[in-house]
Amino acid sequence: MPNAYIRHVTTYLPDKVLTNWDLTQLFLQLSEVEIIKKTGVKKRHIAAENEFPSDLCIQAAKNLFEESEFEKDKIDFLLYCTEALDYTAPATSCVLHQRLGLRKQVGCLDFNYGCTGYVYGLSLAQAMIKSGMARNILFLAGETPSIVLHPEDAELRMLFGDAGTATLICADEEKGMGQFVFGTDGSGDKHLNVNGACMRQPVDELWLERYENANGMKYGRMVMNGTEVFLFTLREVPPMIEQVLAKNEMQFDDIDLFLFHQPNAYLLEALRKKLKIPEDKYFVYLEDTGNTASATIPIAWLEAQRRGVLKDGMTVLMAAFGIGLSWTATIMKT
Amino acid sequence: MDINEFLEKLRIEMDDINPDHIQAETVYRQVENWSSMHALVMIAFADEHFGVALNEQDFKNTTTVQEIYDILVAKKAAINA
Repeated sequence: MPNAYIRHVTTYLPDKVLTNWDLTQLFLQLSEVEIIKKTGVKKRHIAAENEFPSDLCIQAAKNLFEESEFEKDKIDFLLYCTEALDYTAPATSCVLHQRLGLRKQVGCLDFNYGCTGYVYGLSLAQAMIKSGMARNILFLAGETPSIVLHPEDAELRMLFGDAGTATLICADEEKGMGQFVFGTDGSGDKHLNVNGACMRQPVDELWLERYENANGMKYGRMVMNGTEVFLFTLREVPPMIEQVLAKNEMQFDDIDLFLFHQPNAYLLEALRKKLKIPEDKYFVYLEDTGNTASATIPIAWLEAQRRGVLKDGMTVLMAAFGIGLSWTATIMKT
Repeated sequence: MDINEFLEKLRIEMDDINPDHIQAETVYRQVENWSSMHALVMIAFADEHFGVALNEQDFKNTTTVQEIYDILVAKKAAINA
């Protein structure tokens, strides 16, 4: 049975850039040195008004078909991961299907996930390809967290950026993904969420009045308890790494590269130390984009390829963790 | 790790804070430049050097660096008991 194999990755970043210098002009208590030390981020891209994740992913998908020269008529499934769908209904993936001009015999599926979303999407692709449901999957992951950040929330505006990505996942008999592990702790939903939006907490007049000076925050507002999220990551990720190694019948030293979700450079370094991962096997890249939620891993993947850190014939352990709270990991042969 | 070694290591970790301002009796929230980031540094430090988790309640229940140290020692002892 074939496995799902990442054949090509592209990204698309919005034009507007928010630099650390820009932030120091908005928040006088901040310095550029402090921001880089706290986050590892030098700049983030910010979507234009009325530019949504689907728009960013369309551009990334167009880049993918152009660069890879893969015939889009061979795509048989479209997966779309975002926390900001175009509509409550229909599925945004159906809209994307039409905008990309894919053939009719293509299945489309949206799923709402943030930081854990990319590896979740890979698990769906692996299940579809291994079962024979699909052979060539277009996986789009895009986010615009800037839309739900309060303009005066310096801590979150330092961290988050917007991006769209496209990944071509194909059936392969030799290379590709192995087993996945998952974890969920819904009791942690209060530590990281977007409130004031959707069915249970719709935006009402009171909300719009409260955020009158922040354009109403009409798409909701992201809130995060950084301490709890930090603790959660240190608590759950190390055992997950042990579990995914065991499930794939591998040893720690079999891994050539550890590629994790990229939330914050300080947190990633704390994790690296705890897991005792050698620096040359650990890839960190968020300085030019910030935390782009489900888009961080494909962005880092592409940069690792560009730098020659990620090559064919490697064994890569990929792990993601965050909102939910949720976590997942897999191991793949490139 | 005794309190002196703890203070020495903490001063290295928190290199943006004047080392003279990190003493056992220091009320850490009142230290110049103290931010939420330093709580994360403390959490990572506790995890790396003591193998224990500092949580929000621990920060609420303490005011001085000595009290943080005492909590770490107590948590580590509880694990080893």
